[in-house]
Amino acid sequence: MKTLDLATTSLREINQALHDQAKECTEREWKITGAKGDHNIACGLDAALSVDIEGHAGYYCAGMNKKAHVVIHGNAGQGVAENMMSGTVRVKGQASQSAGATAHGGLLVIEGDAGARCGISMKGVEIVVGGSVGHMSCFMGQAGALVVCGDAGDALGDSLYETKIFVKGSVSSLGADCIEKEMRQEHLDYLADLLNRAGIDEDPASFKRYGSARQLYNFKVDNVSAY
Amino acid sequence: MCGIVGLYLKNPALESQLGALFEPMLIAMTDRGPDSAGFAIYGDEVADGTKLTLRHEDVNYDWEALAEAARAELNAEVSWFQNATVAVFKMHCDAATATAFIEAKAPEVLILSAGHSIEILKEVGLPEQIAGTFNLKGMKGTHIIGHTRMATESAVTMAGSHPFSTGEDLCLVHNGSLSNHNRLRLELKREGIHFETENDSEVGAGYLMYRLQQGDTLTQALENALKNLDGFFTFTIGTRDGFAVVRDPIACKPAVLAETEDYVAMASEYQALTTLPGIENAKVWEPEAAKIYVWERS
Repeated sequence: MKTLDLATTSLREINQALHDQAKECTEREWKITGAKGDHNIACGLDAALSVDIEGHAGYYCAGMNKKAHVVIHGNAGQGVAENMMSGTVRVKGQASQSAGATAHGGLLVIEGDAGARCGISMKGVEIVVGGSVGHMSCFMGQAGALVVCGDAGDALGDSLYETKIFVKGSVSSLGADCIEKEMRQEHLDYLADLLNRAGIDEDPASFKRYGSARQLYNFKVDNVSAY
Repeated sequence: MCGIVGLYLKNPALESQLGALFEPMLIAMTDRGPDSAGFAIYGDEVADGTKLTLRHEDVNYDWEALAEAARAELNAEVSWFQNATVAVFKMHCDAATATAFIEAKAPEVLILSAGHSIEILKEVGLPEQIAGTFNLKGMKGTHIIGHTRMATESAVTMAGSHPFSTGEDLCLVHNGSLSNHNRLRLELKREGIHFETENDSEVGAGYLMYRLQQGDTLTQALENALKNLDGFFTFTIGTRDGFAVVRDPIACKPAVLAETEDYVAMASEYQALTTLPGIENAKVWEPEAAKIYVWERS
């Protein structure tokens, strides 16, 4: 394991050392210490590394991640794992808004709460939140799944495409074109597997499923006066 | 952009260190606001009288002459001390009398704040320079709020520097932009609220002052602000004995709160909180949209 300290090494040097592993991987396990809300830690990784970040991360931590397994042993600021392609990102504490925004793949686990707009415009990532999510979560979600073990704020899944949403607690309100759907065996099986992979101990049967009513997909002549 | 920070002490034993605890918070927000900075500190209370913070760009300005004129004309005790470009006047008269006197007698002097407890200090420049100029780390008090500005809508000038105060002991720091400030300013002027600039944040402060004058509690004033202010805002507000944080219903401007048994701290980013004692074990959370957080001394 190689340890890099943000107190003595610049963020740019740390990120460069991690990026260099994409060409030739010489060290799989990394620890970054001394994080005090610094932005852009471990962004743009492109190798099967294991990266532990000690402390709180600022904005865009592990953004654009590919293949790497990143654990933040603290809270994360805005846009954690935004535009992730693959790999896993785990936040041991809480995450600010826009967690997993636009992410295409991989698994994002937030053990605490996530703020507003969690999974906004998500395109295939799987997001599991141990606590609650804020308003406008999954806005325009296109693919992937969002699992919320706590409650969801206002306008959940507004203008949703094909992202699957599972919420255990209450939902303040559903956004436009988002509806509750039947939880069939295939969904229970999928959710059980996802919770298992996320390491979260919850009963899949205690969740409700939400998805798109698919009423905003096509132009309707009844709405012509709105244009 | 802009950065805002606030620190409200629950433990009186820390009051002598308020400035020292706050200085690194303000400097940490330099990335968000390198153009000008300022803060409003509450403490050193003038119970039966008025405290004014006055500014003149000339550090050799004859403040004693102004104080002497006030003693003669108002027949009131006046004491004062100078801090760089600013002088703090303690006058044994009400705030309206005190400010009217300064405006008439010394129009070249800018009144930064009026009240019993508040002192506002601000300048153009880097937060670190401004903290040094006013010896922030040596200041004592009960609570303090600050602002670092990245100018986007208007020039980098003293007039555009935050924070703004539009009423006794009331101060507001703002990250964001209000979109209905012109109309609201006109309406508030009609109600007798006085504005010094064309700045949108000053309208936010003026609106709260107006609501408080109407008899609202701080919480009620902020509930009304959520209804009547349009735009983006994260506000941190100081009053004589209160401290509040509120974000607009969309909550796109960042905010983080931390609370221990000793203090409540607010910042635009967590980076500004890392130097506080016991922050490792503090309750740290993101304030929710359109939710009002208030701490007040009973």
